[in-house]
Amino acid sequence: MTDMEIKMKRRDFLRTGSAALGGAALLPFLRALPASAAAGSDTLVVVIGDTINSLDLHRSGTNRPSYQVAVNVYDRLVRFGTKTLEDGTLSYDSTVIEPEIAESWEVSGDGKSITFKISPKAKFWDGSQVTAEDVKWSFDRAVTLGGFPLVQMKAGSMSEPDQFVVVDEMTFRVDLPASSKLALPDLAVPVPLVINSKVAKEHATADDPWATEYLHENPAGSGPFKITRWDPGQQFVYERNDDWELGELPALKRVIVREVPSAATRRALLERGDVDFYMDVPAKDAKELGESGKAKVEGAPVDNCLHVLGLNLNFEPFDNKLVRQAIAYALPYEDILAAGAYGRGKQMWGGDEMSPSTIEWPQPFPYATDIEKAKALMAEAGMADGFETTLSYNLGLADWMEPTALLIQESLAKIGITATLDKIPGAQWRTAALVEKRLPMHLENFGGWLNYPDYYFYWAYIEGHLFNSSNYSNPEMDKLVDETLTMETDDPAYAPNVKRMIEIAFEDVPRIPLYQPYLDAAMKPEVTGYVSWFHRQLALSNMAKG
Amino acid sequence: MEKLSRIGGRILQAIPPVFGVIVITFLLTRALPGDPAVFFAGLMADDGTIAQVRAELGLDQPLPVQFVYYLGDLLQGDLGNSLTTGQPVLNELAARLPASLELTFAGLFFAMAVAIPLGVLAATRPGSWIDHLCRVLVTAGVSLPTFFTGLFLIYVFYYLLGWAPSPLGRLDFLYLSPPPVTGFYTIDALLAGDWEVFWAALRQMVLPAVTLGLFALAPIARMTRAAMLSALSGDYVRTARANGLGGARVLWIYAFRNAALPVLTTLGMVFSFLLGANVLVEKVFSWPGIGSYAIGALVASDYAAVQGFVLCMALLFVVVNLVIDVVLTLIDPRVGLES
Repeated sequence: MTDMEIKMKRRDFLRTGSAALGGAALLPFLRALPASAAAGSDTLVVVIGDTINSLDLHRSGTNRPSYQVAVNVYDRLVRFGTKTLEDGTLSYDSTVIEPEIAESWEVSGDGKSITFKISPKAKFWDGSQVTAEDVKWSFDRAVTLGGFPLVQMKAGSMSEPDQFVVVDEMTFRVDLPASSKLALPDLAVPVPLVINSKVAKEHATADDPWATEYLHENPAGSGPFKITRWDPGQQFVYERNDDWELGELPALKRVIVREVPSAATRRALLERGDVDFYMDVPAKDAKELGESGKAKVEGAPVDNCLHVLGLNLNFEPFDNKLVRQAIAYALPYEDILAAGAYGRGKQMWGGDEMSPSTIEWPQPFPYATDIEKAKALMAEAGMADGFETTLSYNLGLADWMEPTALLIQESLAKIGITATLDKIPGAQWRTAALVEKRLPMHLENFGGWLNYPDYYFYWAYIEGHLFNSSNYSNPEMDKLVDETLTMETDDPAYAPNVKRMIEIAFEDVPRIPLYQPYLDAAMKPEVTGYVSWFHRQLALSNMAKG
Repeated sequence: MEKLSRIGGRILQAIPPVFGVIVITFLLTRALPGDPAVFFAGLMADDGTIAQVRAELGLDQPLPVQFVYYLGDLLQGDLGNSLTTGQPVLNELAARLPASLELTFAGLFFAMAVAIPLGVLAATRPGSWIDHLCRVLVTAGVSLPTFFTGLFLIYVFYYLLGWAPSPLGRLDFLYLSPPPVTGFYTIDALLAGDWEVFWAALRQMVLPAVTLGLFALAPIARMTRAAMLSALSGDYVRTARANGLGGARVLWIYAFRNAALPVLTTLGMVFSFLLGANVLVEKVFSWPGIGSYAIGALVASDYAAVQGFVLCMALLFVVVNLVIDVVLTLIDPRVGLES
């Protein structure tokens, strides 16, 4: 960026700041006020530990923290509802799908197409109407650019541009190869966002027909917030889109998200009251912050997500079911939840039935710490003398994986298994654990965005699928998942199929669940409306302060 | 004249190392474990999408071809795009280097302001309390890790006392950065005549600069003390004293000017070292410098960014050493006498 451009941006920023806002909203940029006084009740100051690297989710290379921007600045055809959990925290509701850009939709009799009526209230930031043309362009873009967006669209049986049909200006249709219960929910995840195609096309070039260069730095959407400033590696600033009519107008006018790499610094900032909200708090800090009374901590268990110990069946003796079961009896579950997650997790052990009576997922596995039983199983497997192996974990997630691995190592020694710890840097983790699947024993944390048990089994228990880091393979499971994945949940075969899948998972334990993790955020007591989402990003539209 | 030709020769000597660095960084980054295509294809990508990303990034070409492309781009001043941040590497380095340099200069300035007088005083009064103080500070400086010092200072001066501003990088979010001229916020703010931003930027810099400075104190103070001790016991000092010259004149003109040579060499080393080693300080204080940028790039196997960083550091080392050598040539009293 040249000096001139930076100056221009600065000036533009000041101008739009004073023209569009005025009064209280401008306060944070007045010069002489202390932070606490400046951040008025309609300004939220957020700290995050990661750095965002793009404002465009579809671009190849966009990292996970950047999804936050897509969540807040773009609308989708539909969205999930929210619900209040028993303990008062808010969570998204995977069973409720609400209108967003689509004011209504209709599924054809055979379930092979869904027709959406676009709401006349859906307006882009430039005031123009959202049309079926924009929706098609955006969906085409998601499946054409490849990478993660394509894979996620495929989960909803959408992979080809000709599946997206413009019926008329305000009517849009998705054609599916076969009916699938995942298609509609898959349109509510962050990927199928709707871009202002007229603006994008103005900046498209022959080399870059999808305007990835432009949208990378300049979102063009219709969502409740806009990005007014992005200083890569430092901060980004949201400002409310006052004309947003697809839901209740958010209470926050401006949100400043500051990137602070050190967790200790983030915590000090919140405790001192200089920031309002701290996303993705390590379990230890969440517990201590909550107890200190200086901040409130809210979080819900992440749906369809488990922290597990994976045992790779390609390595002896993990191909022996008895050895896997022995390990499942040898793990110190309570200590792991206490030391690895500081109690911020839901118990997933100690179930009392080998065949599940419900299709609830995740549900406790029928194993608990029982060293004698583990020894007996080891003896039965002919492994009474134990064996040596390695236990790998991801350094990028060391805050819970490190203490967990140490506890597992210590406990396995009691049944004669000598596990050497193997720390793998975050960047290499994916290749080693998920792509090459070459780690004998490892910690893993897959969570499915779509909240169906069969969706979890699809990713984690089918041979060759990405999150099946255990190389588990079972023809019965393959058949069950294949039959069930697109099946509606009220189909008479659905519940028995899912129960059988869970039963197989209980019996074979290629993945031993440790607990279901929480997604914790810490905030000042006056901050309200934080919702835990399956995508684990901060969604601002429900939030308020004071 | 002799000085000039010496300086010219010294500059020419700096060219081969730079080329060597280009080749080595290129090869080293390719030897890094971890596949960037896999990393950037996203968490759920399959083989097809990974291959597509690999082709997009040009990683399917043979190494020599990649190197030729790299050299050509380099000649045009194009360091490529960082895959992690999506920005051109050159822009990012240009934005981040001043932040690191400003912090390093401030830290070095603090270290010099404390260490040189301390070293001189300790040398003139060996065994006194000030000598012991010097020893304690030096030991503490090298033995306390910077991230610890940083967190400790934050805890005391920000968290407990509330004197320091929030450790949120170069400027609190209340302020807008001054119009960029040098990239140093304090200097740019002064050029713009904006005292408020100047003070704000200065205040943000105090804790991280002191953290860095404490670390840099040790070698400078030790070297000053040792060099002053040997200078003070030199024949020329004895002669000067015998001739009845005043204490201050002997100390500063005769002893210190000679002692300054090793101190300056140490300063050059300390400076280069600080610039690379302040990554932990950058993390603790959310300082948007090149250290944290390089670490992020390294973790993501982000070739272009790592190469750009190493190249930039290598150039800086070469320049710093060059400047130190030139300054040494200029102030060395012996060289002065010869010409």
